Amino acid sequence: MKPAAFVRHVPKTLDEALKILARVAPQDGRVLAGGQSLVPIMAFRLAKPAHLVDINEVEGLDKIAHDGKTLDIGARVRHAAFHKSVVDNPLGALLSEVARHVAHYPIRMRGTFCGSLAHADPASEWCLVAATLDATMVAKSMRGARAIAAKDFFAGIMATTLAEDELLAEVRLPLLARDARFGFNEFNRRAGDFAMSAALVTYTLQDGKIGGARVGVGGAEPCPRRIAEAEAALNGKAPSDAAFRAAAEAAAHAVEPLEDHQTTGEYRRDLVRAVVRRALEQSTQ
Amino acid sequence: MTAHTKGSGLKWVGRAIRRLEDPALVTGQGRFTADLPAVHWVRIVRSPVAAGKIAKIGAPDGATVIAATDLKGVKKITPMLHKFNYKPVGQPVLADGVVRFVGEPVAAVVAASKEAAEDIAELVELTVDETAPEIDALAALRPDAAQIHTEAPGNVILEGKFKTPDFDAAWAGAHKFVSVEAGSHRQNATPMEARAGHAAYDASTGRVTLTCTTQMPHLMRTAIADVLGMPESDLRVVAPDVGGGFGQKMSLAAEYVVLVWLARKLKSSVAWTEDRRENLIAGFHARDQAITLEGAFDKDARLIALKTDIVANVGAYSCFPTTCGVEPLMAMAEMPGPYDFKHYETRARGVLTNTCTMAPYRGVSRPVITFTLERLMDKAAKAFGLDVVDIRRRNLIDKFPYTSAIGLVYDEATYKQTLEMAVKEIDLPAFRTRQKAARAKGRHLGIGFATFSERTGYGSPAFAARGMEITPGWETVILTVDPSGFVEARIGSSPHGQGLRTTLAQIIADEIGVTPDLIKVVHGDTDRAPYGWGTFASRSLVICGGATLIAAQKVRAKLIKIASHLLEAAPGDIVLENGEARVAGTDRSVSIAKMAREAYTQTHKFKGEIEPGITETGTYDPPGTFSNACHVAIVEVDIETGRTTVEKFLVAEDAGKIINPMIADGQVHGGIAQGIGNALLEEIVYDESGGILTANLADYMPPTAREIPPIELHHIETPSTESITKAKGLGEGGCIGAPAAVINAINDALSEYNVQIDEMPATPQRIRAALRTSPAVVPAKAGTQ
Ligand SMILES: Cc1cc2nc3c(=O)[nH]c(=O)nc-3n(C[C@H](O)[C@H](O)[C@H](O)COP(=O)(O)OP(=O)(O)OC[C@H]3O[C@@H](n4cnc5c(N)ncnc54)[C@H](O)[C@@H]3O)c2cc1C
Repeated sequence: MKPAAFVRHVPKTLDEALKILARVAPQDGRVLAGGQSLVPIMAFRLAKPAHLVDINEVEGLDKIAHDGKTLDIGARVRHAAFHKSVVDNPLGALLSEVARHVAHYPIRMRGTFCGSLAHADPASEWCLVAATLDATMVAKSMRGARAIAAKDFFAGIMATTLAEDELLAEVRLPLLARDARFGFNEFNRRAGDFAMSAALVTYTLQDGKIGGARVGVGGAEPCPRRIAEAEAALNGKAPSDAAFRAAAEAAAHAVEPLEDHQTTGEYRRDLVRAVVRRALEQSTQ
Repeated sequence: MTAHTKGSGLKWVGRAIRRLEDPALVTGQGRFTADLPAVHWVRIVRSPVAAGKIAKIGAPDGATVIAATDLKGVKKITPMLHKFNYKPVGQPVLADGVVRFVGEPVAAVVAASKEAAEDIAELVELTVDETAPEIDALAALRPDAAQIHTEAPGNVILEGKFKTPDFDAAWAGAHKFVSVEAGSHRQNATPMEARAGHAAYDASTGRVTLTCTTQMPHLMRTAIADVLGMPESDLRVVAPDVGGGFGQKMSLAAEYVVLVWLARKLKSSVAWTEDRRENLIAGFHARDQAITLEGAFDKDARLIALKTDIVANVGAYSCFPTTCGVEPLMAMAEMPGPYDFKHYETRARGVLTNTCTMAPYRGVSRPVITFTLERLMDKAAKAFGLDVVDIRRRNLIDKFPYTSAIGLVYDEATYKQTLEMAVKEIDLPAFRTRQKAARAKGRHLGIGFATFSERTGYGSPAFAARGMEITPGWETVILTVDPSGFVEARIGSSPHGQGLRTTLAQIIADEIGVTPDLIKVVHGDTDRAPYGWGTFASRSLVICGGATLIAAQKVRAKLIKIASHLLEAAPGDIVLENGEARVAGTDRSVSIAKMAREAYTQTHKFKGEIEPGITETGTYDPPGTFSNACHVAIVEVDIETGRTTVEKFLVAEDAGKIINPMIADGQVHGGIAQGIGNALLEEIVYDESGGILTANLADYMPPTAREIPPIELHHIETPSTESITKAKGLGEGGCIGAPAAVINAINDALSEYNVQIDEMPATPQRIRAALRTSPAVVPAKAGTQ
């Protein structure tokens, strides 16, 4: 379990990083952020990048900023940054609730928010957040910068639409309405493991009725996504056990479940049903 | 010299003193095999397929790649049993033309670094003509199954049978029959430190020192010398700090033989450190058993007769030294457990398959048989409409010594008392009330009991009864007071985390009147320690502790003799305490340091009546003694997801005299953590082609601290008559009882659904699948089309 040989580059500026990335990308050159996914994969020799562009010393990428509309998370921001609320908005509380489900404490001290998105594990909590809230990814390369909507970003299990020479420089999460409610729930077999299913919900109440419902499901399909059928089951209804169950049922029905040697599709649907309902229940507490 | 803990006059035995081994370990001063520098590093090329003929092993240009064809004259590893129709099958150190499991060592790449060796290993061209494998033991019993070894037709490597004389009549006369088909999936002991070896050749003597992660250094020396055909005196085996073994490190790793061979060939140092993937696929497996158990009860719910059929999937080879008989034969002998009945019929088979070789893992067989028997008891309780505690009350042994249906003699134990203690401490009525209240709120709590006996500290006759060619058992301790007055015990046991340096020091301290920190316990080096069997099978404190006590009593006698000369007093008037010998009731005394010095340097004073020096030997080979315990688990099952959370775990336990309560509790805690892992999480999964789907610690899931509940321990101390320290072993009990208690609790939580969870681990997937078959389960209608 020793990685194959590689060359590590340690640029100090974004420009330098993009230049090196453009040069080494054709030789399977990759960005190294927190290393909490990439390094194990290299140790298993599932990946053998010849070059690593280590962005840990690149200036300016460690910022969390907000302009009243979005929360902008730079490429060096670690999971642990969200242990406490980073913004005076329900989004801050949402992120810190979710953060403690990401891996274990030591991993949260190194792993990055943007790294999780670039890695695109189907069960990643941050990917679920990005999909549910319709985040915008800002990709930069020597060719320029572009913004990618969440629904166009995830392209399959551990696959995104980032080009090889692109750095995910920043992720922009829309701030939530002041009175937004949210709930999160995930199922895994051991504390800190990747979720076997996870759900994130947000909505607001207008005259006691749910409006603008977002129901995101992760870990159940190749990519996390919003489940329109579940959202439809909620909008216009008062929060109630029956409404939550109907939405959970709709989500369980809608997913195309991933299967593996221990997890049948039927079981995965059971989990989706459970996590969606529980996330909804949590939203009322 | 630092100041020593002042003797308090209290006995050391029975006190929870801190472990003498820990300061080094917790300050990063431990020394482990992988810390050693080496000139050459080895990477093992392993079979990627479960069965087939090797067509080609192509080495890249200039690379050093060793294969079976290079190992001329090296014998196969062939452990032996002289009973039970055992078919000796040999394991070539590197696969010799045929591969029999995924992960089998095929070639050894030698390079200047670990990284370089791994790079070259990737380039080795290994072509295997695949044949259809047998993965499942029951399938491997089919008449048309592929044959794993020609020496074992039908893939049955051993078969044990036993039937008491009046069995059939007793069976026919029973009132009710209860049966269970239970089993355990495969598990891996998962020591924190995987296996590692380092062999260094010494040009001046021609000897090789093999440093490795073993629980049995002397036996490794014997085995490797046998296989390589070299004098044992040319090999030194050292077990430095070893990061957990749990049985996995008592079996001979073929890789170690390769290392010693290479060190002699290259006249240099050669090292190998296994990675976690290798450990999970090839580092020995355990627990893979399918058991059918039927109990015949009388009208008062008393067990009259037990019938069992045990099939153990032993994997591709037989492990050395215990042989693969260790699981099925222990199941056969110890299935009767703590229950009082006379009639027993059993059959136990070991079945070869194209899977990793099975070897002992903490608890050996008993986690599985206890689980099976305790499931049977719970089912019987239901069949008779009795409480699960009541059925056990009616059946537990309470007269001693007791001879079991198969002829094992149990010394005095407290099966009933520990049960009653556990029931009281857990407050069963209060739990039942809480359980009802929780159920009314849609929550499913359950309680599970497991009562069991744990055979520990058994000497060579017990192993001889299995027909083993190598019968471990006895231990020798050489105890020296050196001229500086310090005490050194050299022992044949090989502790690797159990705290034996501390507990043996406590035993010695009480005999010779010095503080434990003056006492060094030396182990794990065949050049320094006397021949012995290492540490496994809950034996070391009983057997090595007994040998230690014998040696210490002899040293005590000698010190008293020396003191009586020096103090000119009758031996009967001498007391040894606080580091000195004193004439009782006077202030006349001489320090042990002074006596020791004189015993070496002033021998003329003893006029030939006392032999020079102070070195005594103790050897002990006891018959064995049975510990016992009652484990209780309280769980909550989430019926929507099938997830089990263990809320609380309680143990009432009797391991005879407790030498160090803190260490004893630590042993039980660790065992329970492993037992909970076995009950809920850990499973090696093979696909049909024999590939392992759980080759990392994300997929093979040992519990983390967060899966382990608070554990409450209660002790009863029944001094053992079969152990001279009065102590019984307790190293394995934690993981023997836990799976049964946890899974019984799951079944209790789900009792209204009439589902039966008889498989370990009881994963959420399995629980949910069982619930789905129950008409009583509410959710999960839609979404499945
Ligand atoms: C034991 C364990 C448990 C874990 N559990 C969880 C869990 O429960 N939930 C979870 O979400 N994650 C979990 N993880 C993964 C962890 O969160 C990682 O930190 C995360 O997936 C990747 O972030 P990173 O910064 O470490 O990225 P790296 O490992 O450095 O990189 C991952 C991949 O993304 C690419 N990359 C990284 N940053 C960028 C960028 N800015 N632009 C372009 N490409 C980039 C890399 O080239 C690489 O391909 C776990 C990891 C471990 C070891």
